[in-house]
Amino acid sequence: MSSVRVLVGTRKGAFVLTGDGKRERWDVSGPHFGGWEIYHLKGSPADPNRLYASQSSAWFGQVIQRSNDGGKTWETVGNKFVYDGIPGTHLWYDGTPHPWEFARVWHLEPSLTDPDTVYAGVEDAALFRTTDGGQSWHELPGLRGHGSAAAWQPGAGGMCLHTIVQDPSQPRRLFVAISAAGAFRSDDAGTTWRPINRGLKSEGIPDPNAEVGHCVHRIAMHPSRPGVLFMQKHWDVMRSADAGESWQEVSGNLPSDFGFPIDVHAHEPETIYVVPIKSDSEHYPPDGKLRVYRSRSGGQEWEPLSNGLPQRHCYVNVLRDAMAVDALDPCGVYFGTTGGQVYASPDGGNTWAPIVRDLPSVVSVEVQTLR
Amino acid sequence: MTIRVVLPAHLQTLARVSGEVKLDVDSPVTPRSVLDALETAYPMLRGTIRDHVTGTRRPFVRFFACEQDLSHESQDAPLPEAVGTGAEPFLVIGAMAGG
Repeated sequence: MSSVRVLVGTRKGAFVLTGDGKRERWDVSGPHFGGWEIYHLKGSPADPNRLYASQSSAWFGQVIQRSNDGGKTWETVGNKFVYDGIPGTHLWYDGTPHPWEFARVWHLEPSLTDPDTVYAGVEDAALFRTTDGGQSWHELPGLRGHGSAAAWQPGAGGMCLHTIVQDPSQPRRLFVAISAAGAFRSDDAGTTWRPINRGLKSEGIPDPNAEVGHCVHRIAMHPSRPGVLFMQKHWDVMRSADAGESWQEVSGNLPSDFGFPIDVHAHEPETIYVVPIKSDSEHYPPDGKLRVYRSRSGGQEWEPLSNGLPQRHCYVNVLRDAMAVDALDPCGVYFGTTGGQVYASPDGGNTWAPIVRDLPSVVSVEVQTLR
Repeated sequence: MTIRVVLPAHLQTLARVSGEVKLDVDSPVTPRSVLDALETAYPMLRGTIRDHVTGTRRPFVRFFACEQDLSHESQDAPLPEAVGTGAEPFLVIGAMAGG
């Protein structure tokens, strides 16, 4: 009997929502780590009972939690994130040099094949990896070692490495995205990196060929077509058919092409989902209507999905890590809001219903399909 | 000698303790020796009170004992005698915030 486990990170703790295969009945556990910010938690594709969670607070810093039983119990593991060598400087908001300072782990990406190997994207932007189940973390310094790093600047949320995508067909290929430096690719397991931002246009960057400086919000890939990437940028939804070598805008008829998350249907590699947000200074849906937009053609042509979502007086946001899909058939789609709702669609986005309505502000949503 | 330490609620949860923590600390009893003993007994607290690398107090954490703010004293300065005898606890305090 299939089931799904929805892992929800919020501003005040983590929640685990377990649903049946029809995604009608839900069991809610939590808050885990109540009172702490949980930027992200995610399960290992190689061992679904192995979960990792990033727990942090402005008072007490970073903690990493690990579960070996699907979130029933947790243990603290290593929380020492130290930049390799002399950290150097990046640019601050005002363009002056600013020392690299670790703030928190934004995103944890377990290896596709090894439950003890996990990548961590951190603020200030860097990529770390553990190969011992989280006990120790080591920077992959080639990313910050890229010649452009001294010119990276933070986005409004800080200079965070928020997206890590692994290519299942080429285990040495990794993609990451940094706000507001852009997207990067490594073809040698994270040793060396190069920017992959050709075709991105960003207002405020005078050089149309700027190698870095783009505020990429999220990148998504379908595992069956790892050369095709989808991106929600600060403004613009983009598609690449050549593993990031070049990008084309596919915003099409979206009511706004600003937003944070983007994800791909589990069984249809050109069916993608975004949540349009009115603007970068008004972080809520256009017209007070919460609508997911779906394209079945890899972008350009979009349809609104609103059945079961609030269509008046709705002014929540959906953050970049707060959307996910399950692998059941039909594909389930999930997202969480800054208003504390987690919505689920058991039919690819046609209809929606809240699993929970009153959690703390949701930062991240991940889904595990359990068979 | 046995030292009493009071942790803020979130660190009690993290360390899975309730109420005061009791630690055996060799003389001289200083903030550093108390925190070293605390982190040895409860390794999950490493990095949450002091920076992993520099060992400095995190900005939103303060140290008190015997109604004195010791946050800005040297970590190697002896703590009040009453802390060393266990008559008074060493307090780790999280800054109050909430608006």
